[in-house]
Amino acid sequence: MASRPLTLYEKIWAAHVVERREDGTCLIYIDRHLVHEVTSPQAFEGLRVAGRRVRRPNLTLAVPDHNLPTTARVDAAGRELPIADRESAAQLEALRHNVAEFEVPYIDALAAEQGIVHVVGPEQGFTLPGTTLVCGDSHTSAHGALGALAFGIGTSEVEHVLATQTLLLTQSRTMEVRVDGTLGFGVSPKDVILAIIGKIGASGGTGYVIEYTGEVIRKMSIEGRLTVANMSIEGGARAGLIAPDETTFAYLKGRPMAPKGADWDKAVAWWRTLPSDAGARYDRTVTLDASEIAPSLTWGTSPEDVVPITGSVPDPESFADPAKQAAARKSLDYMGLTPGMRMEDVGVQHVFIGSCTNSRIEDLRAAARVADGRHVADGVRALVVPGSGLVKRQAEAEGLDRIFTSAGFEWREPGCSMCLAMNPDKVPPGERCASTSNRNFVGRQGPGARTHLVSPAMAAAAAVTGRLSDVRTLMR
Amino acid sequence: MQPATTVSGRAYPWGAKNVDTDVIIPAHWLKTIARSGLGKGAFETVRAQEGNIFNDPRYAGAPILIAGDNFGCGSSREHAAWALADMGVKAVIAPSFSDIFSGNAFKNGIVAVVLPQDQVDRLLEVARDHPVTIDLETMTVTTPFQDRFVFELDAFRRQCLMEGLDEVGLTLARDTAISNYEAIADEHRPWISGGSRNASVVVEGAGRT
Ligand code: SF4
Repeated sequence: MASRPLTLYEKIWAAHVVERREDGTCLIYIDRHLVHEVTSPQAFEGLRVAGRRVRRPNLTLAVPDHNLPTTARVDAAGRELPIADRESAAQLEALRHNVAEFEVPYIDALAAEQGIVHVVGPEQGFTLPGTTLVCGDSHTSAHGALGALAFGIGTSEVEHVLATQTLLLTQSRTMEVRVDGTLGFGVSPKDVILAIIGKIGASGGTGYVIEYTGEVIRKMSIEGRLTVANMSIEGGARAGLIAPDETTFAYLKGRPMAPKGADWDKAVAWWRTLPSDAGARYDRTVTLDASEIAPSLTWGTSPEDVVPITGSVPDPESFADPAKQAAARKSLDYMGLTPGMRMEDVGVQHVFIGSCTNSRIEDLRAAARVADGRHVADGVRALVVPGSGLVKRQAEAEGLDRIFTSAGFEWREPGCSMCLAMNPDKVPPGERCASTSNRNFVGRQGPGARTHLVSPAMAAAAAVTGRLSDVRTLMR
Repeated sequence: MQPATTVSGRAYPWGAKNVDTDVIIPAHWLKTIARSGLGKGAFETVRAQEGNIFNDPRYAGAPILIAGDNFGCGSSREHAAWALADMGVKAVIAPSFSDIFSGNAFKNGIVAVVLPQDQVDRLLEVARDHPVTIDLETMTVTTPFQDRFVFELDAFRRQCLMEGLDEVGLTLARDTAISNYEAIADEHRPWISGGSRNASVVVEGAGRT
């Protein structure tokens, strides 16, 4: 057959076109829809007002995460504890009520499987290769780690998917981001994605779907791939894809919502046809050499503001673009940093290990290895928030919770926590946090909070030294 | 959605780059379960600063906002579009928008107009003291002077904006096509339809992280 070689993105797209319109936009079928409490109430309200139903409740899964406090959820007698913030409680109650009314499968706040939507989807096997997957949350790009075309949508689109199981979309351009070589000692998937965003810029991926390729990505675990794909949106790309392979199939096999028996075999056979064909063309290709990537972190208020930990705060004048100079000056003012300061000399008061970027079991293991036998520095508050109840249980079975708590870290219940200032976990104004989350925007972790994005191991290193530190000096 | 063919009037000559949705509407405003009333929280952190454009009486209630590159980046919260709509903004002009934001804006009747930086710069200058007009019919932005800038807009979005059409209703009218697709997809990829209900089957490996 002499058909044109196709990319992974083009193959998934083609398999989901319900109708192509004259202007080139397509009605695209959505296979999987994750729902949480923040971006769904107005969507369900819209359905109710128009007298509409959820077309395919089975293809939908709801779980609360953003608002839930990460402190104990039940009292000693096992009774559910009330949530102090009235508005948070109302949103959580609205979700509970909506899923019951519209018969949407739901993981309750008290279930062992509860967690951050982007941790729960893959963990339950709800996220599958070759599917289209959406959620009213921009970090839905994470699910691309398993080869799903996954992207965040707004609430009107949530309503549209609930009612029709489709979305009207225009095909994106494709960008290949290839990372070749072998990662150096102490370099994690988080450093890889920070380096990529540092290179392409926060709007470098706008209009594109990224496909991550190359030796480094191929060798990465699914947990690591989820970290990389998760932050695609921080590079401006709505979705980031990684071709499914044996690592993906091994990860998914036997998960609760993954296909079983003959369906599994049929699915794997199809998934094997998905990787981009040899000679497939991307609209843009960016390459990175793994040997150039060091443990990295951000210095400013955009995820593109990346430096290696051995580096210093840049001088705004060093940027060519006057707008970037102005932005950098504003960032440094907000961050309370001066040009030329060594990153390793910057002290922190808070450390957050968690979020849909870095709250999976491998992340907690990496942080625990650094925390083991050490203690959180004076004046530092350090939180470890597992991404789901299952991650928490696994970590406890491995004794990671004891490593953390005896080192002076707080061990919390799963949820979005200090990633965004929506629940009680916040960074106070003017204080500094080494955070494994994905956004260092102004006010993201609380009004006036100063965020440095880092990997889990680097976060643990900051916690035990009380300053931003090169984790390699602490690793045995 | 109200039909609209032109947006005309004062414009906030802001020009800021990389305005993220956390700036448009901070996270603590996201706890609402309604769509209205968010105008109060719009640009809260910007409004807290001295001499900001949003508290400038010259631009009070302006229907147009002029911004820099990458407007609406960051979180996918549609609250950003609701907040803009609630404060009376009907169009945003910028050199580029985040994909998610421009989709959300459109669904709430807000026109996201993309123009090259030099034309945006010119509009920033004019808008300080003069009104700006966006015409969806001719797809132009004009000023009281000789400026006439042509922009592009997806034909479908343009039609929806101009006629005030409800997108869910339009898609539901394609029900037969969707059902036909589902029947074919079910045959080729039977594992899709199990979805979240698959979990009721107890399997080995459940409880893995
Ligand atoms: S952990 Fe943070 S980025 Fe992830 S879904 Fe929650 S709030 Fe969003």
